[in-house]
Amino acid sequence: MSTTPAAVQPVPRGGLGRLVGRRVVDWLPAVVVLVGVIGLWEVLIRALDVQAFLLPKPSEIARTLWDNRHELWTAGWFTFQEALGGFLLGSGLAIIVALVLARWRLLGAALLPFAIAANAIPIIAFAPITNTWFSPLNKSSKIVIAAILCFFPVLVNTLRGLTSVNPRALELMHSYAAGQAEIFRRVRIPTALPFIFTGLKVATVLAMIGAVVGEYFGGALNALGVLILTRARVFQFDEAWAGIVVACLMGLALYIAVAALERLTLRWVPSTSE
Amino acid sequence: MSVVQIKDVTKRFGETTAVEGIDLEIEPGEFVSLIGPSGCGKSTLLRIIGDLIQPTSGTATVNGKPARQARIDRDYGIVFQDAVLYDWRTVSKNIALPLELARWDRRRRVDKVKEMLELVELSGFENHYPWQLSGGMQQRVSIARALSFDPALLLMDEPFGALDEMTRERLNMELLQIWEASSSTVVFVTHSIAEAVFLSTRVVVMSPRPGRISNVISIDLPQPRTATTREEPHFFELVTAVREALHLGHDLERAPV
Ligand SMILES: Nc1ncnc2c1ncn2[C@@H]1O[C@H](COP(=O)(O)OP(=O)(O)OP(=O)(O)O)[C@@H](O)[C@H]1O
Ligand SMILES: [Mg+2]
Repeated sequence: MSTTPAAVQPVPRGGLGRLVGRRVVDWLPAVVVLVGVIGLWEVLIRALDVQAFLLPKPSEIARTLWDNRHELWTAGWFTFQEALGGFLLGSGLAIIVALVLARWRLLGAALLPFAIAANAIPIIAFAPITNTWFSPLNKSSKIVIAAILCFFPVLVNTLRGLTSVNPRALELMHSYAAGQAEIFRRVRIPTALPFIFTGLKVATVLAMIGAVVGEYFGGALNALGVLILTRARVFQFDEAWAGIVVACLMGLALYIAVAALERLTLRWVPSTSE
Repeated sequence: MSVVQIKDVTKRFGETTAVEGIDLEIEPGEFVSLIGPSGCGKSTLLRIIGDLIQPTSGTATVNGKPARQARIDRDYGIVFQDAVLYDWRTVSKNIALPLELARWDRRRRVDKVKEMLELVELSGFENHYPWQLSGGMQQRVSIARALSFDPALLLMDEPFGALDEMTRERLNMELLQIWEASSSTVVFVTHSIAEAVFLSTRVVVMSPRPGRISNVISIDLPQPRTATTREEPHFFELVTAVREALHLGHDLERAPV
């Protein structure tokens, strides 16, 4: 229950444009910091004469990014597809399983401790195994490891959301003689949504990690992880770094997409609707 | 046939006995107020009538059937002590919720919501979310929601507790008008002696924990109650009677050691 005092302006219904417009101003300090850090990095490397294999200059990474843009884009897109596939598969399954576990409490009580324990396991260690289940050259092996990585945080968060309903809100539904299906649709799922998005945002990061690190253990030649690995082996560090930058950008893109979806969905939450 | 029939009801929460040996019968068309010190089990009793919790012993019957059946038949509307609005629903959608569950069609729903918004003076706020409302406004939404489907039995737990005196008195009048027009039955919890006397046909006085009914006072003020009712000498006599009954319950609890 919100007990916030009177605030009588309606929720801004301004389009995406205005939402983004506000964002630009909000993000300004972060952008300044980013530019500052990159500038400092450049200056320090020049001043201290750091070897390129330790850390290349940002300007060199940028030039490599531009020169190899086609190859990097192809590799990035290939890996992004794996990450996205794993993300959708793992998160989707996790939400379904969470709904089932929340609906049948006994099952949930029996399985939740294992889910929480699994959440603490470094699942990425299984990457070599999934590579042998499927062909390492195949996207499926990376999709599976990314999906497993995404599964547990989404499961645990969704389940927590579905079960953290205000008891009074349930009593009210009982007073209307609402059935379990109605209670899920109208109370439990809306209550869980903020929790689900928290899980999904964690999962976007894990999906990208799963795909790239999975490729470190063997993958198609045009995959981003393979590209980073092989370039680092032959001392083409600026190219390896350019690959890392692409991986970061792809991960960020996925994260931002989910965060934007959250904003559009959770209009009722004070912090997301300004 | 009584609307509410409570027979020898006791409710324990672990070690705490919330209410003990409650017998209460409420006839159709009555307006019964429950009054008593904080923690004496008023909300508990209301929830037992609504079949939201089960008594440890004893039975609760509503409209001649077990409370559970009455709940399933949607025989009553309830207003909780705190507003209990759904944060993801706008004001209109919160009010429309019971109507949606009862499968009213859209047009009827829209008309009814509009009518209820006017009743609780929240027109213009239909698209606000609960966090954008003050506590009193939230409570008015929850009152509108309980009244929206015209239940024959209204269970109200301190519905006007969060309101200013002016709004409170106006909604008192509105509630009485609804009660008269719809010949519904109301069970009403309040901490205000004057409010209880003004609204009720009977005031049930409860003693401190474990909650028991210590006194029942008939309010024989003429109907319909009006603004001048509060100024009549008999009104003050009844207020005094309820106050003394309340203190008696308190002192009886304290005296023996
Ligand atoms: N779900 C519960 N679990 C445990 N104890 C409870 C529960 N609900 C109520 N109680 C206890 O039962 C007693 C009566 O509570 P209740 O809410 O009915 O009081 P009340 O008369 O409505 O008080 P108030 O006027 O402050 O609202 C209290 O001692 C309370 O601690
Ligand atoms: Mg109470």
